[in-house]
Amino acid sequence: MKKYENLIFGIVAWIVAVIIFFPIFWMAITAFKTEQGAYSPDLIFVPTLDSFKEVFSRSNYLGFMMNSIYVSVGSTLVCLIFAIPAAYKMSFFPTPKTQSTLLWMLSTKMMPAVGVLVPIYFLFRTFGLLDTVVGLIIIYTLMNLPIAIWMSYTYFCEIPAAILEAGRIDGASVWEELWHLLRPMSLPGLSSTALILIIFAWNEAFWSINLTSANAAPLTAFIASYSSPEGLFWAKLSAASLLAVAPIMVLGWLTQKQLVQGLTFGAVK
Amino acid sequence: MLLALLQAPSVIALFLWMIVPLLMTIYFSFIRFSLLNPDISGFAGIENYQFLTEDESFWPAIINTVILMGAVLIITTVLGTLLAVLYDRKFFGKNVATLLVIAPFFVMPTVSALIWKNFIMHPVYGLCAFVLQKFGFHAIDWFGEYPLASVIIIIAWEWLPFAFLILYTSLKSLDNEQKEAAAIDGASPIQLFFYIVVPHLKRATGVVVMIETIFLLSIFAEIYTTTSGGPGHATTNLAFLIYSLGLQQFNVGIGSAGGILAVILANIVAYFLVKMLAQNLKGR
Repeated sequence: MKKYENLIFGIVAWIVAVIIFFPIFWMAITAFKTEQGAYSPDLIFVPTLDSFKEVFSRSNYLGFMMNSIYVSVGSTLVCLIFAIPAAYKMSFFPTPKTQSTLLWMLSTKMMPAVGVLVPIYFLFRTFGLLDTVVGLIIIYTLMNLPIAIWMSYTYFCEIPAAILEAGRIDGASVWEELWHLLRPMSLPGLSSTALILIIFAWNEAFWSINLTSANAAPLTAFIASYSSPEGLFWAKLSAASLLAVAPIMVLGWLTQKQLVQGLTFGAVK
Repeated sequence: MLLALLQAPSVIALFLWMIVPLLMTIYFSFIRFSLLNPDISGFAGIENYQFLTEDESFWPAIINTVILMGAVLIITTVLGTLLAVLYDRKFFGKNVATLLVIAPFFVMPTVSALIWKNFIMHPVYGLCAFVLQKFGFHAIDWFGEYPLASVIIIIAWEWLPFAFLILYTSLKSLDNEQKEAAAIDGASPIQLFFYIVVPHLKRATGVVVMIETIFLLSIFAEIYTTTSGGPGHATTNLAFLIYSLGLQQFNVGIGSAGGILAVILANIVAYFLVKMLAQNLKGR
């Protein structure tokens, strides 16, 4: 009885999974069709790489992809440079104010982007940051910084302070202590933090659409340009989307477990 | 002293990020400021707010924002809970199925919107039209007939994995003995669900609702790529309205007034979220 029950529920669970994933699967399939074939729902067709070639030759796809990479990797690096020292201080040398500082940092994340769109646009215009990679890096860094601090703080808190003290007693300098003890122990946590920051920056579409156009547009903004009726080339849209989505989905799958912590600021474990 | 220096850059950066744009929004919202009409200037008092609330698109935008938020929250938490319960047992290939379920969360919003708009909901070539016609029904012009519902479906699809992932994680921490004890005492699966599972998920559901609310207030890319707020104002939400007032019509003052309203809405939610997080903060 129990066995049948599990089998039935397993089948239902799989059906649901397939339905939810279907639009992505369909996009992936369409990417390998011809432009004419893209409009018919046939599952049997001769796969072709034409759309991928077209995407690369017709548009500056590589340029947009590089923008996405610069912006997401760049903002993540800057974020970590700011976040790691702060999280180190807060977790190993907490003061009575540390808790409220952390909460305040998180609360900056709760400002809806749309509430500050107008002044940010204006500031960017004044300082010549509109449509620049640097501008987006600044925004994404600030957007992700609370998450970066919070996650690295959580990981640092899991490292027993006694180990670092033992190192100090054995005569390790502060630098040696950081490099030989803290770095190896916190590396796994910090790298999953980095991956999550990259995912967020890569998929961000509010600021990228509003603050960039031809020069600094990352893939989110580039793909938005396919929304105009004259830009309706389904196979090419699919190929461009598949390339934009696939790498980040793999990263997302790899960081599944840490993702929950990062997304809920540690409220759900 | 040196230690404070480690923390200072982050604190200063976040403080500026929090305060400067907000003060500017407040300031802009009280002056006459249009980039198209630089001659008009001066203190506007509450004129911008008045103008905004009297604009024909304002109340529809507020109502759309609330409907969109409410509908997505209900769909994602209800389906997310059911999915979490469904996945809280062993079955063949569970790990792979889980990956498929959470996949939409990693798709960038512009891509999700365009996949749905073109491949699924297109009135002529979309899969939905194809299936309906196959069974002798008329195809549905999703974005023409049910624009807001279509946008809601897309956004719910994007956020369902988020709700699922968090509720599922929370459900895994539920003590199995508790469930077994209840089952031995003769609790039916439905009783088990309502008296043990639902109370256990209360906290996680609260987190899901609050985090989604903050993001759903700023929903923009999906509307921008599918309907551009139309037809009429049918899918214009607060975020899109502010964009069209501030960045399309260049009326900085009125756009800012809208921004302030969004901030107030978000702060009501944030207040409860921070309170909840504070209880959870452990440190060492």
